[in-house]
Amino acid sequence: MLQVRLHHRQGAFTLDVDFDAPAGITVLFGRSGSGKTSIVNAVAGLLRPDTGRIVVDDVVLLDTETGVHLPPHRRQLGYVFQEGRLFPHLTVRQNLMYGRFFAPRGAPREDPARIIEMLGIGPLLGRRPGLLSGGEKQRVAIGRALLAAPRLILADEPLAALDEARKAEILPYFERLRDEVSVPILYVSHAAGEVARLATTVVALDDGRITRQGPAAEVLADPMVLPAGVRAAGAVIVARVVRHHDDGITELDAGGVPIYLPRVDQAPGQPIRLRIAAQEVLLAREAPQGLSALNVIPGVIDRVRSGDGPGALVSLQTPAGVVLARVTRRSVDTLGLAEGVSCHAIVKSVAIAPEDVGAGGR
Amino acid sequence: MGWLGPEEWTAVALSLRVSFWAMLLSLPLGIFTAYALARWTFPGKQIVNGIVHLPLILPPVVTGYLLLLTFGTRGPVGSLLERIGITLAFHWTGAALAAGIMAFPLMVRAIRLSIEAVDPRLEQAAATLGASGPWVFLTVTLPMILPGILAGAILAFAKAMGEFGATITFVSNIPGQTRTIPSAIYAFLQVPGGEGAALRLVAVSVAVAMAALLVSETVSARVARRVAGA
Repeated sequence: MLQVRLHHRQGAFTLDVDFDAPAGITVLFGRSGSGKTSIVNAVAGLLRPDTGRIVVDDVVLLDTETGVHLPPHRRQLGYVFQEGRLFPHLTVRQNLMYGRFFAPRGAPREDPARIIEMLGIGPLLGRRPGLLSGGEKQRVAIGRALLAAPRLILADEPLAALDEARKAEILPYFERLRDEVSVPILYVSHAAGEVARLATTVVALDDGRITRQGPAAEVLADPMVLPAGVRAAGAVIVARVVRHHDDGITELDAGGVPIYLPRVDQAPGQPIRLRIAAQEVLLAREAPQGLSALNVIPGVIDRVRSGDGPGALVSLQTPAGVVLARVTRRSVDTLGLAEGVSCHAIVKSVAIAPEDVGAGGR
Repeated sequence: MGWLGPEEWTAVALSLRVSFWAMLLSLPLGIFTAYALARWTFPGKQIVNGIVHLPLILPPVVTGYLLLLTFGTRGPVGSLLERIGITLAFHWTGAALAAGIMAFPLMVRAIRLSIEAVDPRLEQAAATLGASGPWVFLTVTLPMILPGILAGAILAFAKAMGEFGATITFVSNIPGQTRTIPSAIYAFLQVPGGEGAALRLVAVSVAVAMAALLVSETVSARVARRVAGA
């Protein structure tokens, strides 16, 4: 458990936050300049805030009232930087073992063989970072942070410097980290898809202040926390794999509602998280007939938000969880969509982007 | 070395000894000064920078005379050193001091440039992994600036081999004690029939300088390749 309370002024920018990060991945979410990296650097000891208190598992890293300010090397953290920051003069193996050398004797250690296996970096051990691809570098950086016997892992947009294919390569490793490693992870991101797949807890930031914080599904159901506004809105649904059909469709169960997706690489019984972009959801008052779309989720409208433009965002309470739909204000009027009205959300299977589907877990 | 006369050979051996010690003893201070100038901010930084570079700008005779005033037997520092048994004036150790001071700015410049090329974010990363300041320097900074240190050391050695003005002013031109290659060449040119000996020493100078350059190029290319991760 990580507890953070910070107040810091830098020029015209004021950072003022207070949050807890329980086990799993806590995502600091917000547009660039909202103060995410400052928070992570303060936790790492690279930035000294005006006032504040940071505690990890009863160890006080910073307390400006009592004058405690542990230097970075005594905080026992694992920091995964955006640009990897591997040591170019050391081999991959030496990079991985670097933090281990400095870890205190009694610290709980990860087994290097297990981490190397989990990250799939066994074949790279003898190489130097200069010859690795961006994705490989980031995997080594994750391993290096894990093997330092950290109390907490910090990750500052670790995927931002990678292209889409490399992102898709690394995301599953963070999912495994969340599900298999017990240390809490503080993860900075401004990408809604990443947050939807990884977050256990979300702390949404805007201009140095927290706008929302709580469990991921709850916070992400509120479209107002999204840095890109309603256009990027989408609800996160947790489901379980039921079976893989012969025609290439995977059947999921989300709170009793069947959901059909193009083939998902998870065994039956495994939890899945998926993000359904609000743009891709249609609404119908009656249960539709003769429709090619496979997913029809019944629910009750609990809120309709209209902005200045022609669009409106409807949030629907369903047995599967909250579903968001972006429709026009005209449709809202013609269909009489309002709080308490029951209707059906319709989603094409192929409209759910593969990068928005990931392993479930916590 | 049959073609070198005993007097010439003495000058060559003395020059190598003087330059070697000048380089070796100024190296730790050179690395420290370069690091301080590259990474720290402290009051009077510009003045320190100026003093370090002064021997490059001042006439060597002036540097030599200042050394004589300070480190001579009656100088404030020289008389103290004399009491603990260290003689610098008119002694080969004084030649090494003069050569070291004259070469110092070149050494510091080369090392400072390589330190400035090290990404401080790598040092930060090492700190977050548990390395304290001295460990960060030993395991990250030092290996990465090795090519710069080598370049600086060899540059200093070559400069020390050629130092003349400050040396002859501070420690004079005593055969076997302070007569280094440049002083010997100067002395040979003052006497009739000395041209042959002078020319042979010139050849040795050129050979040593070339060898130093080649060694530095080869070694630093190898180190740079290792650091770059190839």
